Amino acid sequence: MATLKELRDRRKSVQSTQKITLAMKMVAGAKLRRAQQYVEAGRPYAHRMRKMLRDLAVNAQALESPQPLLTGRGNTGVHLIVVATSDRGLCGGFNSSILRHAKKMIISSQAEGQSIKLLCIGRKGKEVLTREYGELVVESFTELGHPRLRFSDAQRIADSLLNMFEDGLFDVCTLIYNHFKSAMIQEITSQQIIPVPIELEEAQSGPVLKALYEYEPVEETILGKLLPQNIAVQIYNALLENAASEQGARMTAMDNASRNAGDMIRKLTLAYNRMRQAHITRELIEIISGAEAL
Amino acid sequence: METIPFTLVSPEKILLDQNVSMVVIPGLDGDIGILPGHAPLLSLLRPGVITVYEEAKILVRIFVDGGFSEVTPERCVALVTEGVPLEALDKASLEIEIRNLIEDIADSRTAEERKIADQNLSIAQTKLLEVIAHQKGL
Repeated sequence: MATLKELRDRRKSVQSTQKITLAMKMVAGAKLRRAQQYVEAGRPYAHRMRKMLRDLAVNAQALESPQPLLTGRGNTGVHLIVVATSDRGLCGGFNSSILRHAKKMIISSQAEGQSIKLLCIGRKGKEVLTREYGELVVESFTELGHPRLRFSDAQRIADSLLNMFEDGLFDVCTLIYNHFKSAMIQEITSQQIIPVPIELEEAQSGPVLKALYEYEPVEETILGKLLPQNIAVQIYNALLENAASEQGARMTAMDNASRNAGDMIRKLTLAYNRMRQAHITRELIEIISGAEAL
Repeated sequence: METIPFTLVSPEKILLDQNVSMVVIPGLDGDIGILPGHAPLLSLLRPGVITVYEEAKILVRIFVDGGFSEVTPERCVALVTEGVPLEALDKASLEIEIRNLIEDIADSRTAEERKIADQNLSIAQTKLLEVIAHQKGL
């Protein structure tokens, strides 16, 4: 049975834990707001680029020189999975749910006979995946986005991806990240980025200006520039979404933790008061029975 | 006077979004002036200056480090990686940047590193030339 002093110390330690979790919740909230602004700010560029790419891709089939980034190489033997996680923990199920999804994908792709390669973004994912699939991890990027994520960070990742693709180290590339729905809800998204999936029906049903465009220089050159840039943009957006999701998840997790700490403090206070009362009663009984014995 | 909506965006933010009388963009093979009603055009941009005109005077001159531009009869959009108004650039710090980049090229170990440093250097040099030209013009 715990003594009074032990109970008091316990309560104090839970109280200070609660203070920390509350503070972390506030910080995550502030960071979340900023992260959301970045996500919003990144949308117009991505939107325009997608549109441009769609217009170009409609008649890309007719081009003489094939664009492997757009059409693929005709085989899908080697599958590179880019797993985007966070650098810090204490954000609830954020990382573990991404990793669970990634593992599921690894297993199912392997079952289909594909060989898998992994590229990790974020320290948490790197740690787990290197432990479990060490020989599959080809590259990892950590400690990005401090103090904020820049486009150049995404570009660096894209460059290394493109180099690997050019060297023929993989055929298909999928990006796994958490899509930000709200502070409470994040949606795990796996998005194929190489070859670029273009919905041709959608493109054709839209207002197509293809024949009307003048190109400077020729379409192929533009497409050759646009496709790599598009990959960098997609990675950038995914990382922004991921950053916002991470803060959202952390906020929720810290809110829960604070609430749990509150419950615990209440229970401990109750136990402490009961025990104190029991002590007093016992002492009184001792005094009274002592007096009666006289 | 007739205007055309012009949008200049980088992946990180919208740099400019307004109606303008004319905009001159640095196309790969030379500058292109875009007026309202321009024929649809898709063009690559080289590192250079985008000049935005309102009425007959220059509203702003922005240095961009290359990108894409799409012109439709209704609007003109330029997608760039980075854009800085010429006024915000200063000669001295650019010269330092160029010196650092030259060192980077000397220090580069892989062909990859060298290529990137070379690109950055040529962008920085173009930037410096534009800034000097701009200051002389004032």
